[in-house]
Amino acid sequence: MLLIPCPWCGPRNEIEFHYGGQAEVSYPADPPEVSDVDWAHFLFYRANPRGVFAERWSHQAGCRRWFTVRRNTVTNEIQAEDGASEAGVVPR
Amino acid sequence: MAPRTPGADLPEHPDWLWRSPDPKSSYDVVIVGGGGHGLATAYYLAVNHGITNIAVLEGGWLAGGNMARNTTIIRSNYLWDESAGLYEHSLKLWEGLEEALDYPLLFSQRGVLNLAHSLQEVRDSVRRVEANKLNGVDAEWLDPAQVAEICPILNTSEDLRYPVLGATWQPRAGIAKHDHVAWGFARALDRMGVDLVQNCQVTGFERVGDRIVGVETTRGPIRAGKVALAAAGQTSVLADELGLRLPIQSHPLQALVSELLEPVHPTVVMSNSVHVYVSQAHKGELVLGAGIDSYNSYGQRGAFHTIEREMTAAVELFPMFARAHVLRTWAGVVDVTPDASAIMGRTPFDGLYVNCGWGTGGFKATPGVGWCYAHTIAHDEPHPLNAPFNLERFTTGALVDEHGAAGVAH
Ligand SMILES: Cc1cc2nc3c(=O)[nH]c(=O)nc-3n(C[C@H](O)[C@H](O)[C@H](O)COP(=O)(O)OP(=O)(O)OC[C@H]3O[C@@H](n4cnc5c(N)ncnc54)[C@H](O)[C@@H]3O)c2cc1C
Ligand SMILES: [Zn+2]
Repeated sequence: MLLIPCPWCGPRNEIEFHYGGQAEVSYPADPPEVSDVDWAHFLFYRANPRGVFAERWSHQAGCRRWFTVRRNTVTNEIQAEDGASEAGVVPR
Repeated sequence: MAPRTPGADLPEHPDWLWRSPDPKSSYDVVIVGGGGHGLATAYYLAVNHGITNIAVLEGGWLAGGNMARNTTIIRSNYLWDESAGLYEHSLKLWEGLEEALDYPLLFSQRGVLNLAHSLQEVRDSVRRVEANKLNGVDAEWLDPAQVAEICPILNTSEDLRYPVLGATWQPRAGIAKHDHVAWGFARALDRMGVDLVQNCQVTGFERVGDRIVGVETTRGPIRAGKVALAAAGQTSVLADELGLRLPIQSHPLQALVSELLEPVHPTVVMSNSVHVYVSQAHKGELVLGAGIDSYNSYGQRGAFHTIEREMTAAVELFPMFARAHVLRTWAGVVDVTPDASAIMGRTPFDGLYVNCGWGTGGFKATPGVGWCYAHTIAHDEPHPLNAPFNLERFTTGALVDEHGAAGVAH
């Protein structure tokens, strides 16, 4: 069971959250110019590191906002950084 | 039926089935991962293609990964032609495997019920039954009364929150004793001179341009004519060494067993909606599983609330389970693809082959994977049955989307 730090509500039990996969995946800037290979990578390919992973969580049963967490995929340790504890400055 | 002693069907624990050799400096084929897939692949390379100068390199102990952790359900009632082809080929191989390996695998064709709990699921299930029949897969649609006849302990009353509206039935489906499957392959391989090297973690690759010519391991470098990955949930970590991206995400998948009970549960029951699957092992434990934990993990453990939900579903469907004690729970690391189908075939690197993305369902494919992957490696091109499961499909769009259609949610 993860204890996930919601930037707005504080640390809460994992059951309150919904997982959104890898964070910081940006939509292609110029869609018509994107090749099939690059579209495939945008749609289907995500990092899968053994170690620190930036990922999206939504506080579904609380404030319902999305935020980014850096979690170690081996130990489950969550890094408090990036201003993740400060509401408002968290990357969306 | 007179009660039987739990465990009476189990053969004696084997004494010693394979050597534990040091790795040689080079092989024709090096297989990375000594789970069911790696072992079966080596077996069919030897038996179907006459290649025996093979090493299976296992980072831990033989078949201690997902092979040792799965709930051993074997079936072939998949919707799409591509999947039905591969899994049905595998099921046919299962039906002759004990004889081929001359080893007891406790392959028990006790059938599988896939329950439907909503009108949409009824329609999808009936469609899948018809698709199965067209593909030569045994399948029937059963109403709740027929379901109750096959599995009397299942609660088929109408006052459940999600009543059982019917089920698909595949009589040839079943379970096998996972350890024995691995040991049977291992013993056969050892006799054919294949090296099964344990405690030998592959840490990188040796390459000449875009050709892979060997692997780096915790027991030194090993040269190889061909290198075949069969590392299940750890494949991304290996592929990263080459900068090779794969569309897989590794998640924990948990299972649990009860204490030993008298035989009560005659078949395999799966429910996608309330999400639990359960069978009774040969010794008498109830073996239960459900879906993956939502987040990525290599930690081989998941969260308790996932187990709690699975137990809630199990107790609603099988009220008598409320009195059973959980003996232990555990997790494996499974590799999930965007279309819920496996990836099997060549890679952009000459001499490197990939087999991954089996997610929550690759045990049933074990002999079929071995057969097709061995063909791919020996001929440097896929077998017709695994050709659709190539890596290019994520670019061409020819996905084999088995989500839901497979009757199991990831
Ligand atoms: C809880 C659970 C329940 C499941 N239930 C079912 C089911 O009912 N039916 C079904 O069909 N499937 C089921 N599965 C899925 C099935 O177990 C897997 O799809 C299948 O085992 C994968 O193939 P494998 O046997 O080769 O994997 P594994 O047994 O995991 O083999 C991979 C091996 O590679 C080794 N390895 C990894 N990295 C390296 C490295 N760098 N160097 C050397 N060795 C390495 C690992 O130690 C491991 O032994 C389940 C899985 C889990 C976890
Ligand atoms: Zn919140």
